[in-house]
Amino acid sequence: MSATRPLCFQDLILRLHQFWSEKGCAILQPYDTELGAGTLSPHTTLRALGPKPWAAAYVQPCRRPSDGRYGENPNRLQHYYQYQVLLKPTPEDSQQLLLDSYRAIGIDPELHDIRFVEDDWENPTIGAWGLGWEVWCDGMEVSQFTYFQQVGGIPTVMPSTELTYGLERLAMYVQGVENVYDLDFNGKGLTYGDVFLRAEQDYSRHNFELADTQMLLTHFNDAERESMRLAEAGVAQPAYDQCLKASHLFNLLDARGVISVSERASYIGRVRALAKAACEAWLAGEEETSHG
Amino acid sequence: MAELFIELFSEEIPSGMQARAADDLGSLLTKALDGLNPRDLRTFFGTRRIAAILTVDAEIPARSSVSERGPREGAPEKALAGFTRKHGVTPDELTLENGFWVLNKSLDPVSAESRVAEAVPELLWKFPWPKSMRWGAGSNFTWVRPLRRIACLLDGHVVPFALAREGDDAHALKASNLSEGHRFLAPGAFEILSGQQWQEELETRSVIVDMDSRRDMVRTGVARLAGQHGITVVQDDELVDEVCGLVEYPVPLLGKIDAAFMDLPAEVMQVSMRINQRYFALRNPDGKAAPYFAFVGNLPFKDGGKLTTAGNERVLRARFADARHFWDLDRKTKLADRVPALAAVTFHAKLGTQAERAERISKLAGTVAQAMGLDGAQIAQAERAGLLAKADLTTGMVGEFPELQGVMGGYYAAHDGEDEAVSRAVAEHYLPRGQSDDTAKAPVSVAVAIADRLDLLAGFFAIGELPSGSGDPYALRRAALGIIRTIRDNGLRLDLTELFAQAANGRTGGELAKLPDFIAERLRVQLRSEGERHDVLAAMLTDGLDGDLVRLLARTSALSEMIQTEDGRNLLAAAKRAANILRIEDKKDGPHTGTPDPALYTQDEERALAAGLDQAVPAIETALKEERFTDAMQAIAALRPTLDRFFEAVTVNAPEPEVRANRLKLLSRFRETTTLIADFGQIEG
Repeated sequence: MSATRPLCFQDLILRLHQFWSEKGCAILQPYDTELGAGTLSPHTTLRALGPKPWAAAYVQPCRRPSDGRYGENPNRLQHYYQYQVLLKPTPEDSQQLLLDSYRAIGIDPELHDIRFVEDDWENPTIGAWGLGWEVWCDGMEVSQFTYFQQVGGIPTVMPSTELTYGLERLAMYVQGVENVYDLDFNGKGLTYGDVFLRAEQDYSRHNFELADTQMLLTHFNDAERESMRLAEAGVAQPAYDQCLKASHLFNLLDARGVISVSERASYIGRVRALAKAACEAWLAGEEETSHG
Repeated sequence: MAELFIELFSEEIPSGMQARAADDLGSLLTKALDGLNPRDLRTFFGTRRIAAILTVDAEIPARSSVSERGPREGAPEKALAGFTRKHGVTPDELTLENGFWVLNKSLDPVSAESRVAEAVPELLWKFPWPKSMRWGAGSNFTWVRPLRRIACLLDGHVVPFALAREGDDAHALKASNLSEGHRFLAPGAFEILSGQQWQEELETRSVIVDMDSRRDMVRTGVARLAGQHGITVVQDDELVDEVCGLVEYPVPLLGKIDAAFMDLPAEVMQVSMRINQRYFALRNPDGKAAPYFAFVGNLPFKDGGKLTTAGNERVLRARFADARHFWDLDRKTKLADRVPALAAVTFHAKLGTQAERAERISKLAGTVAQAMGLDGAQIAQAERAGLLAKADLTTGMVGEFPELQGVMGGYYAAHDGEDEAVSRAVAEHYLPRGQSDDTAKAPVSVAVAIADRLDLLAGFFAIGELPSGSGDPYALRRAALGIIRTIRDNGLRLDLTELFAQAANGRTGGELAKLPDFIAERLRVQLRSEGERHDVLAAMLTDGLDGDLVRLLARTSALSEMIQTEDGRNLLAAAKRAANILRIEDKKDGPHTGTPDPALYTQDEERALAAGLDQAVPAIETALKEERFTDAMQAIAALRPTLDRFFEAVTVNAPEPEVRANRLKLLSRFRETTTLIADFGQIEG
């Protein structure tokens, strides 16, 4: 960081957009359904499959219902943002691109300790895995770096580089702030807490105390049925949407504490089956368009 | 003779895989280049590279003795044509030997360059990474992370080869003479001239490629920083190695721990720092946690490390805030009140929940305490500690850091006001956790430690889940060894056979009957590793395990000592001689048992042996009963001169049948006497 004033939250995003735009990425907008991670967006999951190149960057709001802390924990949120980049095929200089993006937001690797620490990434709910690293800055994980090897249970014929920045953490780091709610949001006096504290409190109550579990269960079953039906009809992304909804409903049920340990594995298996079907439907369509 | 240099430069290799990969590279090269007489191997590894330097011959010399057998004489033309085509020769180059067409080939010499160029790409395609990956668009070549450069030189000249194969561009990687220094301090390639120059050039480019040097920089650097504050570092060789695999140029730095966290248990701080951050813990001279941590940066920072230290301190504050959250929350519920919640924690599908296990351990701990001769209050403490032993599995802290199980239970039990012996036993019942770990010493802790392992062993043996070969998923071998070590270290006089029955808790069947032998086998392995003779152990364990291990061990060492004396060795020889004679003669008209008839003794040597045995047998029996094992050994060893004289002067197979039978009975009596001590037949002479 230089002596100049550190970036506010929204400028951090704008810098990253600027940087990845210049590197040839399509700058996309957040996907419009609840996701547990930026990876789950169809802009990543579906595009990672098949033989077509792709390069995109976007901010994705993420929801992890059981991470809610009623706005009382300085580091944990049930709703937060990831900055997600997918580069396909993997560029030769993937690591250098990430480091250059850090420079672009004011982190100088000769003043800060940047490390690539082993991380075998895996997401069993969508049958995906890859190898890569947690990227540390001064002992803090600021990004995840994954070379995708499999998605939806299907090997990636053209592996891609996935870069995920935890935006709140990164901003806290850049601003030297120890409580997420103190983050400077816009450089004009608005804080992260002004924008999100009330929502964190309300959603924590919703996630842990209020959500109607019977309704969630019904919705889960509906989403599961619909997703399968749509995948069979060959409409991949609508099928995948329903898979994402099922995944989020499962997370809510989990936060409400109504899923036992033994049931958990079975729910995850059901969501994975939906992801696989949607991914296969996507791939089938891709092959048609590339041959037709 | 030439120097072969190979470096495989990639993106960051997981720290724990580097050393093994460098070893593999060395041994695979040595194997593949066999004909070049490879030697003087040195291997190197670091965050982004593995490398090897070795000496090889300039060529594989010409060989003439290779012959290939072709088709039989008179075989169809087609077969002969196929054979000649395959080897690229004409039929007149073949000779007829023993009815077959034979091609005698001479092999031209092969240069080191062409052998290396052929062998290395093949080796790289098959390299045994534990986990590897694909990347890019055009290749199925896999490596642990993307491979970026291959340097391969013979005496400084590039060995020309490419990784490409039919239909696969293998990322267009070709052997070169280029390497790279530190990622941030010396970006870009440099030319390699030799192994020596490579190492030196890397150092000027801020890469310490020798692991021992990196270790040394970390150890001495951390110790120096700690010394400046009068504190010491908690030894952790594994952490040193891991850290050395994460940095190209280790720069140890010291950060401060916020005073607000210094009341956290030292173990919590240490585990959080180690697992999450790879930081070293430090101790004050009084052994308490010091308010500092040491970490290792990857470069000499422009500002001396001020910014990165501040950053690391901030990260640690967040980590400790998490730990404090669990610490405060966990203490709101008494450990005893957590026991019912164990009913929701499955121990094993066939062995029920942790709640059931807690009940069993509690009962068994009481039984063990009683067998140890503890008083009523201690027996009650053992039962209490057994019940609470696993309750910390439901705490947030143990959920976050499983390695703190037991330790946290101990803290929480103390916080709840449990007896000191109880909270100590909750903490210590996991001892020993590994080979180098101490065993429990406090009596109540010992009782619970043994009960925990007895229940584990009896449970898995009852359902037939035994370790097999290298697979021991429930760490039953470690549990058995834990029992053995705890008993030995504390000199406990327990009857394990009886305790196994108690641990079986009414269960029968499965493989329970094999449990004593399993313990015996662990004991055998342990004593072997301490240098005990395998034949002595076999002699002591012939009749199965003596449930009193202390007695068993005392007898073993007494026997071991005796057979090293001259009397002992001769006694052994005599016992074998007697056994051999009896084996042969018993086959003819045996067995020859029963009391010998003194009236049939014809020589003094017989009478002397009989008298010696009459004296020795009660002496041995009394000594054994009183556990004076050395005395027992001496009593039998004292028979040696009498025996020697007997075998010198007496012909066992006397012509008179009744004299012969009587002498055999006397020998038989001697053999029986030896079996009071051990099965001498197992001992090698």
